[in-house]
Amino acid sequence: MKTRQTARNEQGHAYTYIGNPLPKVDAYAKVTGRALYADDIMLPRMLYGRLLRSPHPHARILSIDIRQALELPGVLAVITGEDLPQKFGILPSSQDEYALAREKVRYVGDPVAAVAALDPDILDEAIRLIKVEYEVLPALMSIDEALAHPDIKINDEARIGNIHKAVSYEFGEVDAGFAQADYVREDWFYYEGNNHAPIEAHACVANWEPMPTDPVGGKLTLWSSTQTPHYVHREVSKVLGLPQSHVRVIAPHVGGGFGGKSDPFSHEICACELSRRTGRPVKITCTREEVFLLHRGRHPVKMWIKTGVKRDGTLTAMHFRSFLDGGAYGSYGIATTYYTGALQTVTYTLPCYKFEGMRLFTNKPPCGPKRGHGTTQPRYAVEVHLDKIAHDLGLDPVEFRRRNLIEPYTHTINGLRITTCALGPCLDQVVARSHWNEFHSAQAMTSLSSNGHVADTAISPPPSHSRGGGGVDEGRGPLRSPSAGLGLPEGNAASIKRGMGIAASSYICGAGKPIYWNDLPHSAVQIRLDRGGGVTVYCGATDIGQGSTSILAYIVAEELGVQPGHIHLETADTTLTPVDLGSYSSRVTFMAGNAAIAAALKLKGQLFEAVSAQLLVPEERLRAENGVIYDEDDPGTSLSFIQAVQLAEARYGALVASGSYAPPEGIHGDYKGAGVGPSPAYSYSACVAQVAVDVETGEVVVEKLWLAHDVGQSINPLLVAGQVEGGAYMGYGEAVMEQQIFRKGRHKIPSLLDYKLPTTLDTPEIETILVEIPDREGPFGGKEAGQGPLNPVIPAIANAVYDAVGVRIDETPITADKLRAEVTPARWAPRPQVMPSEAPSPWPTRLIKWQPEEKGVR
Amino acid sequence: MLRLPPFRYLAPVTIEQAAAMLAGEGEQAMLVAGGTDLYPNMKRRQFTPPVLIGLRGIAALKSIDGSPEQSMRIGAGVTLTTLAEHPLIQQHYPALATAAAAVSTPQLRNAGTIGGNVLLDTRCNYYNQTEFWRHSIGYCMKKDGDICLVAPGSPRCWAISSADTAPVLVTLDAQVRLVSVRGERVIPVRQLFQDDGMHPYTKTADEILTEILLPPADGWRSAYIGSFDFPILGVAAALRVAADGSVANARLTLGAVASHPVEVHDAVARLVGQHPTPQLLEEVASLAAKRAKPLDNADLTINYRKQVTPVYIRRALHELLEV
Repeated sequence: MKTRQTARNEQGHAYTYIGNPLPKVDAYAKVTGRALYADDIMLPRMLYGRLLRSPHPHARILSIDIRQALELPGVLAVITGEDLPQKFGILPSSQDEYALAREKVRYVGDPVAAVAALDPDILDEAIRLIKVEYEVLPALMSIDEALAHPDIKINDEARIGNIHKAVSYEFGEVDAGFAQADYVREDWFYYEGNNHAPIEAHACVANWEPMPTDPVGGKLTLWSSTQTPHYVHREVSKVLGLPQSHVRVIAPHVGGGFGGKSDPFSHEICACELSRRTGRPVKITCTREEVFLLHRGRHPVKMWIKTGVKRDGTLTAMHFRSFLDGGAYGSYGIATTYYTGALQTVTYTLPCYKFEGMRLFTNKPPCGPKRGHGTTQPRYAVEVHLDKIAHDLGLDPVEFRRRNLIEPYTHTINGLRITTCALGPCLDQVVARSHWNEFHSAQAMTSLSSNGHVADTAISPPPSHSRGGGGVDEGRGPLRSPSAGLGLPEGNAASIKRGMGIAASSYICGAGKPIYWNDLPHSAVQIRLDRGGGVTVYCGATDIGQGSTSILAYIVAEELGVQPGHIHLETADTTLTPVDLGSYSSRVTFMAGNAAIAAALKLKGQLFEAVSAQLLVPEERLRAENGVIYDEDDPGTSLSFIQAVQLAEARYGALVASGSYAPPEGIHGDYKGAGVGPSPAYSYSACVAQVAVDVETGEVVVEKLWLAHDVGQSINPLLVAGQVEGGAYMGYGEAVMEQQIFRKGRHKIPSLLDYKLPTTLDTPEIETILVEIPDREGPFGGKEAGQGPLNPVIPAIANAVYDAVGVRIDETPITADKLRAEVTPARWAPRPQVMPSEAPSPWPTRLIKWQPEEKGVR
Repeated sequence: MLRLPPFRYLAPVTIEQAAAMLAGEGEQAMLVAGGTDLYPNMKRRQFTPPVLIGLRGIAALKSIDGSPEQSMRIGAGVTLTTLAEHPLIQQHYPALATAAAAVSTPQLRNAGTIGGNVLLDTRCNYYNQTEFWRHSIGYCMKKDGDICLVAPGSPRCWAISSADTAPVLVTLDAQVRLVSVRGERVIPVRQLFQDDGMHPYTKTADEILTEILLPPADGWRSAYIGSFDFPILGVAAALRVAADGSVANARLTLGAVASHPVEVHDAVARLVGQHPTPQLLEEVASLAAKRAKPLDNADLTINYRKQVTPVYIRRALHELLEV
């Protein structure tokens, strides 16, 4: 761990808790197995539920016969689409799901019926006894199939063919920008889809409590492993036809989300309806296969980029197109589509930019948000594309990036407000710590002294590639075995080449707009002080393992001068806690953190007033620390926190305060669609990857990742480092292993045995560097860490592979079979790895041209 | 979580009891040792035995005896961890220790046994799927269906022999003891296997694999290259070098390329009597690799698996020979 300077507040006081590596507040409970997750919840008289899912990727439902299932002893209820006729969806603009399919099924796994029974062992038989008659329809399983068959309509939300959403923007004058370029390059890329693979499978327990005297008939409580209890609250209420006042959604401990628990799901709604029908609690726990099927994972995206650049490396224009494979339903897909384009302008300065995006429906599990939501795919494409341009022009890839860095406190060409940006220092850090320059000098020496290749297997790099293919090849110990491939034996040093690659990225610290448009706070915190000195914090924020509950504790502890362990935390409960929109878009620390500060400051004000009156010390001189409020000039003059609370309660009555947060105005443009991309701040990350490639077998081992992250100010550096490492690990898996493959309309490998994820054994050494330049608006200067650090990892690995062997794989994952096919000399002319997609021409939506106004724009 | 189907569990403490129970319960009964292969398969309904006979209480199955000079006996219930860490095995039969250590993860090696690994069910990614998945695609002949989904025109099942230790034991010329109420027999381990994805073992339903017998090490060197997960290729090589540096004997077996471990005789015969050179090893590897005919029922592409087979064979030979 690097040496840290003690973080200080604006008055120059050192923080007591902020910036310190404290344990999570729930660490003990989790490590000892005491923490309750949704599947741990058992209620008296509880029933078990399960969904019958479609075996066909696309079919019309002709009939459903549930009579036999209902007659099975132990079965208490069976419901079908007719019982839940209200459509829903996470976005108001994509209300295209039924809890149980009506008329049609659109992917293998689409829920068709739901059963509740006394015992989970009855469910198999009950599901088997539900007879569904289908008329099988042709299935479209890829972006290009969906484009080629507009006649086969998968989802009526698509206005043209299977195009769910098409967008088209031009910011600035793109033709003029390309005219100024000395060099223009175009590339196609494909980013494979993948699943979040949280270790906790989705689970929920619903409990309907009847109340005949209530005109509504009762109240409903749902415990669910969700990242967004507030949105689930809204959608469950809507589908069940219950007022929101009669529905309570609670997220207990959640075992990982990564975006996969951000939608309202069929199993949640069905558990609620089954509970209402039976008057008993109902639990539904998904299998791992169901997690792969309900999915909402990373969209597979095909991308085309054209970039203009001056000889000195200054970017003059970019035109970017994305084609998203959305799967069968909308989910967050409209937002994802925008996100594939919106943030291109946030990392490097683009004087003009054109973006066209298109999401297609296919007969696959619906895609949605996964860590890096819609920005991971273009970040990969752009960073590899820029690396190619650097090599084409003989520019140093680091200098090329530095030359184009976005300036702090500016607006981008598409109107996004930028505040702090420490990407420059991040690049400096990863370059220095990885010994980037020394590595490449050594590589160049090796290239001079030998041809740098194994004689009969490696190809020569194209002459224009000044560094590519010159991999340093002296053995540095054996490669470790990746679980995705064969084990590499020791002693193959001759066939092993090493390379280093670099990439940079940026990410939002919370979406600037909520999912449903409103003027309400995005997050709110209430704090209650009791006369015994107890501090209880109430916030809707949902801890999915990232530590948001702990963050609330540290922040309130810092402001009130009590220990974090002293604080009771009530979170993610739509009845008890004020709304926080959810754990998505890296928003919680920034927004709930600011709300917590606001609430704590109100109480602190009351405490200081009371103490000031008692001690006759002016409020400005008071400090709260370690359970004591004291005179800074005379620390002996003090009162305990408990005494202060009692004085204040006597003076003001019960001590309760709330604080809330909404992003500021003026952070985005005024065009339609400008709501996706703005954020109160952006985090920045830079990554260097070192890889070793076995040129005979094509196996890639990522040996080390250096990852520097501009976090503003870490509230807890341990948690930030955990998030950065988690992002690095996940990015590594996406870069070299994970793939959501379909065969004959089915997910080929919906299990954690066959779906390749990195294990501890595979994960490379990760060196995390936190760059701390406090942001003016972040809580104590903090910015996000949950998602941004993932994004540069994938292109850094791709660029490192090229650096090692002089071969580009323009799609993910970079697996041994793809790499070997490229490294081995081809017997025929190589064809492009990523075949272009045929888009409707003209692009099937109206072009929106937008120019930023002069004010505040570069 | 997937749930196990209901079953009765019997817990014999001697081999004789186990054999009697197996004979008494009929062909529907199954043996279980570590359960690391069987229980997941039962959860996915590849097997729904009404009775399981658990072998873990039988002390006689849990020891490793003998010496590399005479011969060694490995009880079928020895865990893969114990086997991989056994000093005599590591020193004199290194391929076996390597293969045992290559199976899955530490937790599963602590539970899984050598007997269970040798008798691993053959694998195929059309078969090792849940009941829902197999129902969705229409079932295959190995379980509940009529055709092979990998090769629909073929009359047979192409599920893969994926045990890491199987090709090694064949290459080491090991024998196995099979015990039943009818008596017992000792057969070369290569005769335990047959190239049939549905019925990959010649063992009869009432027989229990009780031990593995290794011949004297006697100057044999051995190597295994496999993988972390179920192998998509396993290469087991063993050979003996004469005093003059020429190859005296050689054996080579490929795993995960067919429904049984595939012994390669013709290619390695070229090594015998020769002083190894890089060129010779390359030739032998290329020739031996022709025996690998992968189908699209495991990870990565068929072409890739074909192309890297000679590379791994050559590397296994290089581990044993200084050239």
